[in-house]
Amino acid sequence: MSLLSACLDRLARLGRFLWSAWAGLAGLALIGALWQAGHEAYGDFILTAPLDTLAAAARLLREGRAQELLALTTARALAGFGLCTLIGTLFGVVAGYSPATLRLSRPILTLLLGVPPIAWIVLAMIWFGPSDLTVAVTILISATPVVFVGAVEGVVTRDRGLDDMARVVGAGPLRRFLFVSARQISAQLFPALILALGSAFKVAIMAELLANAGGIGGALARARAMLDIAEALAWVSLAVAALIAVEYVLIRPVRAELERWREAAAPWGVKR
Amino acid sequence: MSLLELNRIGHAFFGRTVLEGITLGVARQEIVALVGPSGSGKSTLAHIAAGLVEPREGRIARNYLRHAMIFQEPRLMPWATAAGNIGFPLRLSRAPRRMRRQMIADAALRAGLLPEDLGKYPSELSGGMRQRAAIARALVTDPDFIYFDEPFTALDVALKRRMQDLVIEAAASARFAALFITHDLLEAIRISHRILVLDAGGRGIAGERLPPGSPGTRDEAAIFALRQHYLTADPLFAHIHDIDERLRP
Repeated sequence: MSLLSACLDRLARLGRFLWSAWAGLAGLALIGALWQAGHEAYGDFILTAPLDTLAAAARLLREGRAQELLALTTARALAGFGLCTLIGTLFGVVAGYSPATLRLSRPILTLLLGVPPIAWIVLAMIWFGPSDLTVAVTILISATPVVFVGAVEGVVTRDRGLDDMARVVGAGPLRRFLFVSARQISAQLFPALILALGSAFKVAIMAELLANAGGIGGALARARAMLDIAEALAWVSLAVAALIAVEYVLIRPVRAELERWREAAAPWGVKR
Repeated sequence: MSLLELNRIGHAFFGRTVLEGITLGVARQEIVALVGPSGSGKSTLAHIAAGLVEPREGRIARNYLRHAMIFQEPRLMPWATAAGNIGFPLRLSRAPRRMRRQMIADAALRAGLLPEDLGKYPSELSGGMRQRAAIARALVTDPDFIYFDEPFTALDVALKRRMQDLVIEAAASARFAALFITHDLLEAIRISHRILVLDAGGRGIAGERLPPGSPGTRDEAAIFALRQHYLTADPLFAHIHDIDERLRP
């Protein structure tokens, strides 16, 4: 009975989510229209028509190599993202609970955020050569601070009243963390994770392009060398599609499951 | 033997003494109301007794089996349904799942929550319902001692009365003892067997009064007359409404 109702609830939410895709589609159509206008104003060489770009992307996918390159870049981005999630969350939670660590890490954070990712790519290239490790390390360094700050915010802004409540009913530090704090931290952490995932893809492609490490970045570099605008735009579209796919398959469902109560809290009518 | 004994408890926040030499005991099935002016350290004392705050000095003997606490705010977890919140102590004590549902339903019923409210999230419940859920969460483990930390201050008058009746009934049927922190003298008289008055500076218990009769049997007129008598003619309650909001602990 309760299982059935839980399934129905999720199905209803999925339906609502899919229905809300019309709005997203409208936004995409708007971009497409602007793109088309730009194409008609500046011609094929500067900006290829959106439909031609889509055709080029489809051709790339059909011809085989593209899927391999996409998988390679996605795997690299995900590896870097996984690492930065793990390390950022771990250190963020520790720093959130220990003010001394937080004070110690603030200047390090400023330093890490201040150095442009491109500098890290150059360093990583020298250290590791054009390999997966270069990409992963660059992602790690450039995306970890965001996750770290998200985790710290989650710990610092948690409701301490709930901690006391849990302590009164006999929860030790570990169970207080697991049952009470972890949920509150995740609420702050997820926006940071989505941001980090986006920057993981961006940095991965940038690192591939500069380090000549293959993947979509490598293909982009080739398209640039051959001044093939259609192919370059097609690669960009494919990379964005991969990012969106990963975000909506990997992160959003987990977040929706954890934040079911927020939807209940929203007033009736239009759910955002 | 008392269920709870505090012996010469003292506490200080950042070097400022808020409590000093507090000695009190709560007997089995006794409801003790602790009143005192704002900022006299009542809540701190309840937190010390419940083990949330480590006192700077003094001894605490807790001779009960299980305690629960009802706070001024409901303190429900926003991501869990009412049932999830009420069942939280059971989850911590690793009660079998099958039994949990029945115990949650029983506690909710005693706190006046309807079965259809159990699936709602706290944000979907009204203020009174949230506090009912908090009361149900305290009752669910069948504790023999409950700390009440000004639980009904934020509720309106009618709701407050209803909640007080609920506590009186629950105390009579579940036979728990309680330390009830409040600054509302009327509430203290309605609900308790014994009223302790905390010294305005937190230096010991200034005195105690035993309202005649037992909770639930006193009629409203007598309660109100007793309150008037306490406030106008009893020197013990002379400072009860003194407020110095700068002196927050």
